[in-house]
Amino acid sequence: MNSDMSSATPTSISERHPITNIEALRADFPILDQEVHGKPLTYLDSAASAQRPQSVIDAMVRHEQRNHANIHRGVHELSQRSTDAYEHARDLARAFVNAPSRSEIVFTRGTTESINLVAASLGRMSLSASDEVLITQMEHHSNIVPWQLICQQTGARLLAAPMTQSGELDVEAFSRKLTERTKIVAIGHVSNALGTINPVKELTAIAHDAGAIVVVDGAQAAPHLPIDVQDIDCDFYALSGHKMYGPTGIGLLYGRETLLDRMPPYQGGGEMILTVTIESSTYSELPHKFEAGTPNITGAVGLGAAIDYLATIDPKARIDHEDRLLELATAELSRIPGLRIVGTAKRKAGVLSFVFDDIHAHDLGTILDREGVAIRTGHHCAMPVMDFFCVPATARASLGLYNNADDIHRLVGGLHRALELFR
Amino acid sequence: MSELEDLYREVILDHNKNPRNFAELDDADRTIEGVNPLCGDKLTLYVKLDGDRIADIGFKGTGCAISVASSSMMTERVKGATIDEGLQLFDTVHRMLAESELDETALMELGKLAALSGVREYPSRVKCASLAWHALKTALNDSTESVSTE
Repeated sequence: MNSDMSSATPTSISERHPITNIEALRADFPILDQEVHGKPLTYLDSAASAQRPQSVIDAMVRHEQRNHANIHRGVHELSQRSTDAYEHARDLARAFVNAPSRSEIVFTRGTTESINLVAASLGRMSLSASDEVLITQMEHHSNIVPWQLICQQTGARLLAAPMTQSGELDVEAFSRKLTERTKIVAIGHVSNALGTINPVKELTAIAHDAGAIVVVDGAQAAPHLPIDVQDIDCDFYALSGHKMYGPTGIGLLYGRETLLDRMPPYQGGGEMILTVTIESSTYSELPHKFEAGTPNITGAVGLGAAIDYLATIDPKARIDHEDRLLELATAELSRIPGLRIVGTAKRKAGVLSFVFDDIHAHDLGTILDREGVAIRTGHHCAMPVMDFFCVPATARASLGLYNNADDIHRLVGGLHRALELFR
Repeated sequence: MSELEDLYREVILDHNKNPRNFAELDDADRTIEGVNPLCGDKLTLYVKLDGDRIADIGFKGTGCAISVASSSMMTERVKGATIDEGLQLFDTVHRMLAESELDETALMELGKLAALSGVREYPSRVKCASLAWHALKTALNDSTESVSTE
């Protein structure tokens, strides 16, 4: 193996000493070392897009500089290196979600495309006019709109299980909505607007008992929780690279092989066929049947590097660090007069949404930005959640592994500045 | 004055806290819905005409301080004005939000409305300030279309 090959296929070092000093990892993220409007950057918008460690940036640059060519079927060296790098990333992704087989890992542009793939392909195969699809009231638009589209096409009905005032899914009501008509259940693992961790394993078991196929939107869970699709026992699991310290434009779909096998292709084109005549085609084996066209090869390399990066870190230390910060932020924000936290579920990950009675979230976003604090304001692509809590928008601070107590204190300082301005 | 104080001037904070003409008009001749999808500002503008004069004007809705203050200051300013004066003012405000320098005449015409010029430094907020003015223009042009800043 030459040096270019080894850089294209980074080996996992997770078995060696996992890193437990999470605070020290901040230095791995070069973007955080800068000032914005003359103040140190305080990045609290990781739920929208997380920053990348140097190792991810390096892996992508190396691939672009030394190894890039189109993958599969190429007979030349660079094509072989690229193919190896791309397929190695698939192996890393398989291990990351603990899928039984690499043929169950389909690379996509991200969670949105993954869910659209399942909705269009599985929906076309299995939905008809008397059927129902069950989602929840706290879903991101990307786990609502694809189901609306396929329901409009097939005549199936879309239902949503309600949540409680604390932003937890009402599991009893969820169970009651499941009937023999329910063909597909689609649930978020972690709510992007509220931070709620849903009991996806329990919900999957309930849905399977009712005979439904289960799709889990894992976009917000992947950066925070260990993912084990065999333990959850879900049929599909979708995630995005850029929420878990990888690049944008790459994500994956885990799908149970027996289902993927029966499903029709989502898109047609190159890479996904065995033979083509003008009349008809035969399709490649899994997972290539679902990967039409030249994929985001460098993106896959970056996602693989992000998985490798996470594998060097002790997962318990990472989760404890993030939980402690969320606790600190919750306690500190609760003390601010007039501030109300939206989403107070017992189990949360990485997200703190809040509103003031008399300061609009958009004004907060502008004021915090001038203090160097980056948060997100608006409906967070979850308008039904905003409607439920009767707010037009919330301010959302979200955490990554690189955040620390100073970030929380700067957020609190910025909020006091807003109160002062609006007094 | 810091940049933030330049955006959130006293007059803007005052209009946000106590918006003028913040009411639905039962006998409105023109009713226009406006939205700013970016931040969720929603506005309904009501205009009662008497010939070519804006006899009464009101608005309802939710929005950020810039959006509410701009709506409030707009209604306060154009109540009693003619349709032509209202449209002329729209042009001047639009120039103020889009361009850097205005001449003396334009500044005289704007008066108190010049307080909204601080948003120029905040490109993501210009739409908040312009929503009410686009709704006004639509209402005065007797269009029934809804307004979106997207």
